[in-house]
Amino acid sequence: MPVNENWKPTIVAFCCNWCSYAGADLAGSSRLAYPADVKIIKVPCSCRVNPMFILRAFEKGADGVIMCGCHPGDCHYSTGNYYARRRMTLLFSMLDYLGVENGRTRVEWVSAAEGVKFSETMNSFVAKVRTLGPSVRLGDLRCKN
Amino acid sequence: MQELINKAKSLLESGEIVRVLGWRKGENDWDVEPAFFTTAEDLESNFVYNGFCGANLSKYMIEASRLDGKTLVFLKPCDSYSFNQLIKEHRIDREKAYIIGVGCKGKLKIENLGAEGILSVEGAGYPDCSEMLTVKTLYGDKQVAYKDAMLERCHVCKGKDHKIYDELIGESVDTCDSDRFAEIAKIEAMSPEEKFAFFQAELSKCIRCNACRNVCPACSCRKCVFDSTKFDSAQKANATSFEEKMFHIIRAFHVAGRCTDCGECSRVCPQGIPLHLFNRKFIKDINSLYGEYQAGADIDAAAPLTSFRTDDAEPGVGRR
Amino acid sequence: MYRIAKADIPALLAAIAAKGELYLPVNTAGKTNFAPWSEDADVDLETLKTVRSGKDVFFPQSENLYSCHRTDGKLSVTAAELEDKNFVVFGMKACDVRGLAVLDKVFLSDPVDSYYAARRKHGTVVSLACSKPDTSCFCHCFGIDCAAPEGDVATWFAGEHLYWLPQSEKGESLTAAVSSLLESTDDAAVEDAKAAIRSIQEKLPLKDLSLEGWGAEAAKTKFDSPLWEQLYKPCLACGTCTFVCPTCQCYDIKDYNTGSGVQRMRCWDSCMYSDFTMMAHGNNRTSQMQRFRQRFMHKLAYFPANNDGMFSCVGCGRCVDKCPSHLNIVKVIKAFAKEGK
Repeated sequence: MPVNENWKPTIVAFCCNWCSYAGADLAGSSRLAYPADVKIIKVPCSCRVNPMFILRAFEKGADGVIMCGCHPGDCHYSTGNYYARRRMTLLFSMLDYLGVENGRTRVEWVSAAEGVKFSETMNSFVAKVRTLGPSVRLGDLRCKN
Repeated sequence: MQELINKAKSLLESGEIVRVLGWRKGENDWDVEPAFFTTAEDLESNFVYNGFCGANLSKYMIEASRLDGKTLVFLKPCDSYSFNQLIKEHRIDREKAYIIGVGCKGKLKIENLGAEGILSVEGAGYPDCSEMLTVKTLYGDKQVAYKDAMLERCHVCKGKDHKIYDELIGESVDTCDSDRFAEIAKIEAMSPEEKFAFFQAELSKCIRCNACRNVCPACSCRKCVFDSTKFDSAQKANATSFEEKMFHIIRAFHVAGRCTDCGECSRVCPQGIPLHLFNRKFIKDINSLYGEYQAGADIDAAAPLTSFRTDDAEPGVGRR
Repeated sequence: MYRIAKADIPALLAAIAAKGELYLPVNTAGKTNFAPWSEDADVDLETLKTVRSGKDVFFPQSENLYSCHRTDGKLSVTAAELEDKNFVVFGMKACDVRGLAVLDKVFLSDPVDSYYAARRKHGTVVSLACSKPDTSCFCHCFGIDCAAPEGDVATWFAGEHLYWLPQSEKGESLTAAVSSLLESTDDAAVEDAKAAIRSIQEKLPLKDLSLEGWGAEAAKTKFDSPLWEQLYKPCLACGTCTFVCPTCQCYDIKDYNTGSGVQRMRCWDSCMYSDFTMMAHGNNRTSQMQRFRQRFMHKLAYFPANNDGMFSCVGCGRCVDKCPSHLNIVKVIKAFAKEGK
């Protein structure tokens, strides 16, 4: 699909309170740029992210959804992100299986110290989603107007 | 079948059990309904076990576990996996059940007979069900191979061993003749466009009757997330193609790692949607990423979505 | 009476579709349901019963009633537009056509449902006689003749032709619109087809099903029967029976949050669902037995009590075919007949 030069994707980022949310803060205070189209939703742990959250974000108009959590082994609650990892692995595999473009979903582990990684991750994710264009296969038309 | 009735009658008489959970004769050979029996007379005149007893009785044991006294339940080999899984999830009480494992020679789907105006189906009776069924119809008689009329799940049968029972009655015949994951692999090999078109066509038929959910032994929540009145999406209709996908992805996800692949969802779908393709995709992924796992086979095995390894695959694994 | 060669049916359908939307049985992924006609639609006039009845066309499973939209702090409300273009439904069976008469009682009596009324006004129904009635059929119990269906136009397959008989003003004008494709004929072939169908009707296993004891008075005599407690047991509380039914007409109204506004939509509801008719105080019917009883009492007792004895069942047998637990209205009727109460 030809993508309009000026089109800006809507990106939802679920960020863990203890790491990537602080990473986003650090990126901000370090004046590292990342696109303003990324809407961050703070969650207490990546494990809080229910598969329905991801689908709901697409329903309401997201073009890409990314989940960020603590590096495996560094979870504030010891093991939350390990469970989240299995869930997202299965969910993403299912979305690929249904024919949803696989660049629209991603998981990255970003610590509180990784402001640079946060900014780079968001920049590359947004760039990827831009090449895919607006989400058509997963989204509710009623939310598009 | 008489052996099952006799056993049930003697257990009822002895007082060891107070009710029997089995299958009740319908108007025809095929409209068999799951039912509770409490008297010998009722059993003698209405109990049936034939090729159309596809219904998995495990889920009815959730209700029976809340009643006083023991229930005799007849389980086919595949039903015993569901029963085990429900024990694991503390949904049913093992002490409230007397389990008779019944033999299985594959179960039939009336639609698979490919006949119109069916009056009777001869040859589907247990224990001596024949290889050929004689279908008498308003428009003439027809011969159909038993195998060709079987449910999809019987062609990929997990095996005829009961995973839990108090006693076994009746013989089984191995019906497995296909690879359980072949269909999944075929879809995985498609392009995203083809995959999307395939599922869109299937899911566009969904009428949101919720039969797949309600029949599922793993779907045993007191209140389903899709029945919440605070839920924005309609639980009674698919207003958009998104809602079709949302329901089916989440339905399958909520039973991932717990689904025994009993195939009830596909059996009951009025629109013939191959719902097992969702559940089985999760099973295939779990097997390949986290090690072979069969829900309901072993009560003590760690479930794949409530355990982890530190070196698990990262989300998006296998993407091209 | 007119006729058209079977081979020319695609041309007939295209001609009808050229004048307005045409809904007819279309096979999608192995199942046949009513859907809009298109060049590449897999039209299926052979299947006796579509999974969903033609009711969808007049009373869709979900429809928008109005939308609220917020822009720059201002709220605007837009009502959904009523159907204002003529359309045709082709291939409805006699039972489904009678199903519309049942829906008319509900939606066209005061207060009139304007959405439904507009569709009825603009819709022309072309019915198709059932060449091969099935064993689950019992439409004759409700005085329906599947050999001579109602509808604006009735059609029959006989030999190598489709026979066409306009039965109303709307039917006449549709006939005039496609007259170049039709040829006049006598009704000998149709009479033969009718005779053949009636000979099958004689052999149907449900031909002697009796509705004696049902009707308005059943509300008093059958409500407290202990039979309900036995009959409902295998019910899974799914909505299959209600959603495939040509006469079920209960609906729910919901608001959908679009992010920038609200869409008020209505969708079919099922009396089998736990939140059916739920109100602020809670629920009218708290057990599945009560919900199960409601479905059959509504069809066979309450509806006739309010509509001059008309049952809200047309004997299409879809619930008989589709119930996952093989419960159905026939079993209920027979169980009560057996008990003699």
